[in-house]
Amino acid sequence: MAEKITLGKALNHGLRRALENDPKVVIMGEDVGKLGGVFRITDGLQKDFGEDRVIDTPLAEAGIVGTAVGLAIRGYRPVCEIQFDGFVFPAYNQIVAQVAKMFYRSKGKVRVPMVIRIPFGGGIGAVEHHSESPEAYFAHTPGLKVVTCSNPADAYTMIQQAIASDDPVVFFEPKRRYWEKGDVDLDAPLSGAYPLHAARVARPGTDATLLAYGPMVRVALDAAAAAAEDGRNLEVVDLRTLSPMDYPVIFESVKRTGRAVVVHEAPGNLGLGAELAARITEECFYSLEAPVLRVTGYDIPYPAARVEEDYLPDLDRLLDAVDRSFGW
Amino acid sequence: MAKGERKAGAVPPSGGGADAPAGGFVQLLTPDGEHLGSVTTADGTTYSVDFTDEEYRGLYRDLVTVRRLDAEATALQRQGELGLWASLLGQEAAQVGSGRALRPQDMAFPTYREHGVLYCRGIDPIMPFGLFRGVDQGGWDANEHKFNSYTIVIGSQTLHATGYAMGVTMDGKTGSPDGEAVIAYFGDGATSQGEVNESFVWSGVFNAPIVFFCQNNQYAISEPLERQTRIPLYNRAAGYGFPGIRIDGNDVLASYAVTRAALDNARNGQGPTLIEAYTYRMGAHTSSDDPTRYRIASEVESWKAKDPIARMRAFLAKQKVAGEDFFAEVDEAAKTLALDLRERVLAMPDPQPVTMFDHVYPHGSPELDEQRTAFTEYHASFEGSGH
Repeated sequence: MAEKITLGKALNHGLRRALENDPKVVIMGEDVGKLGGVFRITDGLQKDFGEDRVIDTPLAEAGIVGTAVGLAIRGYRPVCEIQFDGFVFPAYNQIVAQVAKMFYRSKGKVRVPMVIRIPFGGGIGAVEHHSESPEAYFAHTPGLKVVTCSNPADAYTMIQQAIASDDPVVFFEPKRRYWEKGDVDLDAPLSGAYPLHAARVARPGTDATLLAYGPMVRVALDAAAAAAEDGRNLEVVDLRTLSPMDYPVIFESVKRTGRAVVVHEAPGNLGLGAELAARITEECFYSLEAPVLRVTGYDIPYPAARVEEDYLPDLDRLLDAVDRSFGW
Repeated sequence: MAKGERKAGAVPPSGGGADAPAGGFVQLLTPDGEHLGSVTTADGTTYSVDFTDEEYRGLYRDLVTVRRLDAEATALQRQGELGLWASLLGQEAAQVGSGRALRPQDMAFPTYREHGVLYCRGIDPIMPFGLFRGVDQGGWDANEHKFNSYTIVIGSQTLHATGYAMGVTMDGKTGSPDGEAVIAYFGDGATSQGEVNESFVWSGVFNAPIVFFCQNNQYAISEPLERQTRIPLYNRAAGYGFPGIRIDGNDVLASYAVTRAALDNARNGQGPTLIEAYTYRMGAHTSSDDPTRYRIASEVESWKAKDPIARMRAFLAKQKVAGEDFFAEVDEAAKTLALDLRERVLAMPDPQPVTMFDHVYPHGSPELDEQRTAFTEYHASFEGSGH
């Protein structure tokens, strides 16, 4: 039966279920134990599963990910928590040079089935290093799978799927959506769930396609609702998987609508929007009524919180891009 | 987790001979081939070996064999058959001693120079040649042989070893003489890396069953030890709450005895040990550098007098454990193995180009499948065209 819970709570339930179902699953990170994580995503898990399953670690990101690699080689399924997006860089070497390459290096003989959870994105009024969107760095690295959820139902299933996968997964959590509620069927079997590496049409439409992921899916849905009042029927595709990107769903949508607008919080230069624009142009050229447009963060370090609303793509910037697309 | 009762901190070594660095080191076999029997360190621990004559001869055979294989690799590199080689010349005793101290259940995490340890783990010595020839990136089964992939980014593997060791504890495989232990290899340069320090922190905090085996070969490419540390490296352990000990890294018996004791302590639940094997890299860092630019000849000569194989041979001869026939037979066997290896390396085929798409992801990737198909079709389009 479906329950209305927050995205954060859905992740907590998903982690709990993974811990219950597989004794090899361990959670590790700073403050994940007694505190339950700074966002309380691991709340209560150490109490119920013990200090060997939910491990409070020393404070060093490379250490968290690097020791998780060793645990994974040993046969465990570690789920690492990186406390904030901007703190992942000390672990960057381990993630891109080790986690991503173990399987390749060993000709498939060594698997490192692990999940690296990273709360990402802005909009919560935080200080420096607490609002970044570093997903492109990881999506650019072969050997890593990169996914992000946008709603509680996906959060619940996707975290379990990521943990069950033998692929190393970088799992981005939209921190500004942690407190948004949605229906989640906590008893639904994972086997029947929507695939982890699949995009999803979040709102069907006919006139243009908005491509969004993580925290921006809500903005895209709001924009589509607003555009509907002007008589425009926008489709919203929630990418969910950033690497590999689920192109068939994207191409099908854009070929049908003839217009595409990509939105993400990360800087636009060489971001996922650039890749999407290029790929859509290659594949859907004769179906396009306008160039693929991007609405992104600016090419600056994430700014001070008092001006972040001006930095972050919002309803108006997205609708403005839609107008430009129709004006072509 | 129960903490071990060993006193954490640096263990002042016994002193060693005239060839010892300031502060001394644990030595059982002098450069002249004198077997000291046993040595007791200031903390009261006694180190010795209990080898049969056959085992002494076996160790000598290992030393000669890995040196010969290494020499063959260096020659192959000079002849253009290998893109690069990281020579172990001079470090045979550190590697063979520690490698033979490992039990079958123990797991080793190497850098890219541990060809001697690899040999001791029973891995076909041709395996690292694939990496240096450029036909693969290793590719042995780490779990089958309990010897992980070579790791080129300095120090990263110490964290993997630490995590693996935490897993050993979580599996309940410590606390008995039959328990498992883990060994992490790294060099003096790696001790400057943050990740190595993090692995010390983690191992101390979690009382992990691990031995950190630092081969201090005095240089990180061209940077001398003085560019890494102002204190002896084994003293670092004290800051992390576990024992550190320095050994004569050119003494295979000390390497064996101290590593075995440290591994046994780890498997018994007494936590980590840092061993600093004080040795010398006789050759270049890799075949790409020129050590004459940064080392003086007299220094190299002084280390030649401490050669790990010469002293073992002197001991065997003096004790009449082995004679000229044996030494000749070992040389011949090593040569045969090396020549066989040479033939196999030369016959090592380049991989089929399309295999570059293999093993990127355990669960595959549709994008990659598409690229593989496009690659295959593109190359097929040249068939019969003479390209």
